[in-house]
Amino acid sequence: MKSASRRRSYGVEGAPYAHPSPTTALKGALRAPYFFLVPAVVLFLLFFALPIGYAVWLSFRKVKVSGLGLGSGARTEVWAGLENYTDALSDSELLDGALRVLGYGCIVVPVMLGLALLFALMLDSEKVRLAPFTRLAIFLPYAVPGVVAALLWGFLYLPDVSPFYFVLEKLGLPQPDLLDGGPLYLALSNIAVWGGTGFNMIVIYTALQAVPAEVYEAAKLDGATPLQIALKIKIPMVAPSLVLTFFFSIIATLQVFSEPTTLKPLTNSVSTTWSPLMKVYQDAFGKGDIHAAAAQATLIALATLVLSFGFLRAANRRNRQDARQGAAR
Amino acid sequence: MSSLALHQADPAAGTSPGTARGPARPRRIALVPTLTLLLGAVYCLLPVVWVVIASTKSGRELFSTFTFWPGTGFTGNVSELSSYRDGVYWQWMGNSALYAGLGALLSTCVSAFSGYALAIYRFRGRETMFNILLAGVLMPPVILAIPQYLLLAKADLTDSYLSVLLPQILSPYGVYLARIYAAAAVPADVVEAGRMDGAGEWRIFTRVALPMMLPGLVTVFLFQFVAIWNNFLLPYIMLSDDEKFPITLGLHTLLEQGANTPALYTLVITGAFLAVFPLVALFLVVQRFWSLDLLSGAVKS
Repeated sequence: MKSASRRRSYGVEGAPYAHPSPTTALKGALRAPYFFLVPAVVLFLLFFALPIGYAVWLSFRKVKVSGLGLGSGARTEVWAGLENYTDALSDSELLDGALRVLGYGCIVVPVMLGLALLFALMLDSEKVRLAPFTRLAIFLPYAVPGVVAALLWGFLYLPDVSPFYFVLEKLGLPQPDLLDGGPLYLALSNIAVWGGTGFNMIVIYTALQAVPAEVYEAAKLDGATPLQIALKIKIPMVAPSLVLTFFFSIIATLQVFSEPTTLKPLTNSVSTTWSPLMKVYQDAFGKGDIHAAAAQATLIALATLVLSFGFLRAANRRNRQDARQGAAR
Repeated sequence: MSSLALHQADPAAGTSPGTARGPARPRRIALVPTLTLLLGAVYCLLPVVWVVIASTKSGRELFSTFTFWPGTGFTGNVSELSSYRDGVYWQWMGNSALYAGLGALLSTCVSAFSGYALAIYRFRGRETMFNILLAGVLMPPVILAIPQYLLLAKADLTDSYLSVLLPQILSPYGVYLARIYAAAAVPADVVEAGRMDGAGEWRIFTRVALPMMLPGLVTVFLFQFVAIWNNFLLPYIMLSDDEKFPITLGLHTLLEQGANTPALYTLVITGAFLAVFPLVALFLVVQRFWSLDLLSGAVKS
């Protein structure tokens, strides 16, 4: 292909390099990537770098009120040092919210990824029927906005309209209140699991598809059962995509906001500060204390980075250990 | 549960071509994987089926008839929803289509430019730039959205269409996908040949590389369309005028008003059904010529 087009250019133009000299072409090629990247870089500076810097700056400031706080000069912004951070770390509402979200995450992430892996392995197994239909059906919730998902499940949790309560009532079984106490965690987790399983399943399934069939052939000839192949070959082969889905699930879980916000009107058990992000929103726009909110947001971002990268490092270290053990064997 | 399922799958898998002895039984179905997937499908479709049926019920039927028995009030519900506050619901739908359609289009362009540059050219700072852009994925939206709001307030842009549109144009995941697709779909030889023919870099990009990247860019567009359509936090923070609300925010306010008045339940349910419909339809249509696998960055070798 390369030589053909080169020859054509020689033939048509007569002399080689008749047109733009190679040096100008080279200069164009040297400068081009930077031009192509201008929109992304400008948007990144305006809508990522600048806001983050501004949030961090705000988190070290506070509003000082002099006198009665009336008049234009009464409220001045001053340097606060770490005061907003110490306030945030001793704020029981924020800590309670963090604990709630940790508990919620401990349900959501393992269940969602376990189901995603299970479905991906089933899709990848031989002689499975209806795979295209079930794959699409399980993926479908991805196209449903979190707010609408919370709303749909919210109605399914309401005794007046829910089919579950109808069935429980007919069977004479106890009818628990799903929107209160412990069941509330399950109710909220279920919404996240429902919405996220499909996308993660696709990611894992794609990785499984990329494994060449020969890898399984030898194991099959040795009489390995599908379960053994799944546990000993398939899961280790897709470990990188499992690590990736875990990583993104942790990040998404710590930032839960729209689902509890949507369920809030249906129950008194979801407070305005149920998750840390809701607390940040409440402080910034409910109380109007943007400095406290900025410090809390920065802390949440740091916690997210520490947890997600801590997980990545741990996963990498294990991989390396496994590799070393494999080499030793 | 998974181990149980796989164990029971053994007999069926034993008939696979590699190990089968005796008469071939190619029509055997792996029962347990199929059933597991069907259960998953039922779980995932259940709320959608419920909302489809519930939206056909009139307010009275909703509380009196069996949940999965269709009612007779669908057209009544839709017209009631349409007349709710002079058709503000359809305004929300239009807004969502505008935010998601235009936003995804711009986002796809920006991703295509950057992905192409990062995949094709060798230049100083390439990997650093890529990593910094990618780090944007890790930023919690709220640490971005609140200062974005405060900064846009200084530019007098909050509570405007632009305040929801602009922050969502740059998508780190879109750039990441576009880079993978460009690297896989555009051979360096072709770019080189274009240069030899005397084409400028821009011309090579638009005439040669862009058509090759198109299937991947469809994916970036879809991903970003869904992300913007489903976004709640950003418009929740940016907007106060409900004429500019997207559908997610509109439904949220509808539910807030309707939670204490069961008479409004049917409106919320019908509204939720109509809000799910466009995206589900989009995915069903797109299925014909686009594969789900592309979403995770899979490229055919």
